[in-house]
Amino acid sequence: MSIFLNENSKVIVQGMTGSEGRKHTQRMLASGTAIVGGVNPKKAGESVDFDGASVPVFGSVSEAIKETGADVSVIFVPPAGAKGAVIEAVDAQIGLAVVITEGIPVHDSTSFWAHAQGSATRIIGPNCPGLISPGRSNAGIIPANITKQGAIGLVSKSGTLTYQMMYELRDIGFSTAIGIGGDPVIGTTHIDALQAFQDDPETEAIVMIGEIGGDAEERAAEFIKANVTKPVVGYVAGFTAPEGKTMGHAGAIVSGSAGTAQAKKEALEAAGVRVGKTPSETARLMREIVGS
Amino acid sequence: MDLFEYQARDLLASHGVPVLPGGVAETPEQAEAIAREIGTQVVVKAQVKTGGRGKAGGVKLAADADEARARAQDILGLDIKGHVTHKVMVAQASDIAEEYYFSYLLDRGNRTFLAMASREGGMEIEQLAVERPEALARIPVDASKGVDEAKAAEIVDAAGFPAEVRDQVIAIAVQLWDVFSKEDATLVEVNPLAKAPDGTVLALDAKVTLDENAAFRQAGHAALEDTAAADPLEAAAKEKDLNYVKLDGEVGIIGNGAGLVMSTLDVVAYAGEEFGGVKPANFLDIGGGASAEVMANGLHIILGDPAVKSVFVNVFGGITACDAVANGIVSALGILGDEATKPLVVRLDGNNVEEGRRILAEANHPLVTVVDTMDGAARRAAELAA
Repeated sequence: MSIFLNENSKVIVQGMTGSEGRKHTQRMLASGTAIVGGVNPKKAGESVDFDGASVPVFGSVSEAIKETGADVSVIFVPPAGAKGAVIEAVDAQIGLAVVITEGIPVHDSTSFWAHAQGSATRIIGPNCPGLISPGRSNAGIIPANITKQGAIGLVSKSGTLTYQMMYELRDIGFSTAIGIGGDPVIGTTHIDALQAFQDDPETEAIVMIGEIGGDAEERAAEFIKANVTKPVVGYVAGFTAPEGKTMGHAGAIVSGSAGTAQAKKEALEAAGVRVGKTPSETARLMREIVGS
Repeated sequence: MDLFEYQARDLLASHGVPVLPGGVAETPEQAEAIAREIGTQVVVKAQVKTGGRGKAGGVKLAADADEARARAQDILGLDIKGHVTHKVMVAQASDIAEEYYFSYLLDRGNRTFLAMASREGGMEIEQLAVERPEALARIPVDASKGVDEAKAAEIVDAAGFPAEVRDQVIAIAVQLWDVFSKEDATLVEVNPLAKAPDGTVLALDAKVTLDENAAFRQAGHAALEDTAAADPLEAAAKEKDLNYVKLDGEVGIIGNGAGLVMSTLDVVAYAGEEFGGVKPANFLDIGGGASAEVMANGLHIILGDPAVKSVFVNVFGGITACDAVANGIVSALGILGDEATKPLVVRLDGNNVEEGRRILAEANHPLVTVVDTMDGAARRAAELAA
């Protein structure tokens, strides 16, 4: 098993005809993802050729779902149109909307998140690399060839730290690795992923990667203490980040004494999570648990 | 982006929120002219993006225009918690009968907006929240619904505003929501929201934070940026679309991806403990692509920092594989030529790593050392900067 995404997932791409969308659709197809269509109202009825694989373009998400049975949408639509794209996907009752787009105004993400409450849609992102269930399906921009299927579940705010960890533990492999994004407001949280990994029989242990800003890691620590029986190893980035400066990710900012890496590390350790000082040390801690 | 008080005040006024007459001055003469135009007692306030101005001597009353000039003279140049005062705001001084508090902000944890209001304003709200939480109403605002008159009344009544100001505060609450939503703000805070002796309610001081992600639809916001205060290296990096933050250490850092770069800073700081407390000199995320041009731009900025003694290039090759990154580094050093004078420690890992390391070994650049692991490379870079 894997979480949120598996070999039966049928994936559409909103923004497939743009340069990023096209590039990553090609990569997703190459890693075995069942890409069943793209969405672009201006190019409905056309199709796009990816090295011999012809992918049809639909005029709307609901039409794409009706024609293909799609249950996952990966969204590359630029910031100005991203809110509309997510709301369209939610209204079409897609099961999973993976929002890759970086730079969406927080009023828009807060608004589409509010719109999705009570709907059938799980949102991942925005400003995230998406998720991969190695060997099964890849929805987003995570490089597929740096690891294999295995017993570790990974949830992270950061893209490249996700890749680094997948690569360090590539001999053990991953059930699912999910990048939840570095924006202040995101759909799927550490807690949602932890719950899903806890319930997934294939996942034996979990790596959780956090960073400065907000209190998601502290909340996750409380959740782990109360609900997670599988071993969890953690890493937190941003110990040296100065107060009041945004460190690349819109959400990565220490405000006053809140959101510091130290507080997050302490909260996780108090919940029984072993926290590595560096990504490599974190990988070693995981190795002690699952072996290789 | 945090605004100065005078910018926040102008923004509030442009959405109809009642404020006192006033203006911003960069010289004592300008302050005098503004005070003369106002024609009453004025208050001269340092424009710095930090709290505690009053205690630091950054807020003074002046009876007339001459005194306003003298007070502006005192305050301009004043260092308040490391922020040098370059501007003062001169505003009509108001007698205050009562002070209230009102704000809208992003509540990250609950993924919603939050209205906070209290009839006890003036003090730091963090202090009020700790000392008398019952005096602070906290009402979630649904992002897809916003604040209309009915919602504003709910907030105002929850905070228990006095009956004689209720309607005025409701109207202001709707106007402040206008500021918050139409300007793509993540914080609009009025403290104090004051009742003058004649019963009029006014915004006397305001803090506004704007969302930089909304720049594409907020054409006016670019002009609000405080380019004078920006670090020159940060300004130069911004011009090249590089995500750079200046820090106070000696090891220049370039990496790809915000999380990996943050992590790199930490790993360098740990390694630096062994070498007399060497620290990272900057945050620089060159993104996924890591092309030669971006790498050259990044190195150019970092080598322009006189504090930098060594540079750590830490790249994980994912979609852009290590061979492309290695070629980027080699070409970047070619572009920089004699400008490249400090030792570079390069750590590459990920796709095509062997080929990437081979390219760097073949180029055999005298300044470049390749180290296989992130921890090892951080140690070497720290050692070179010690």
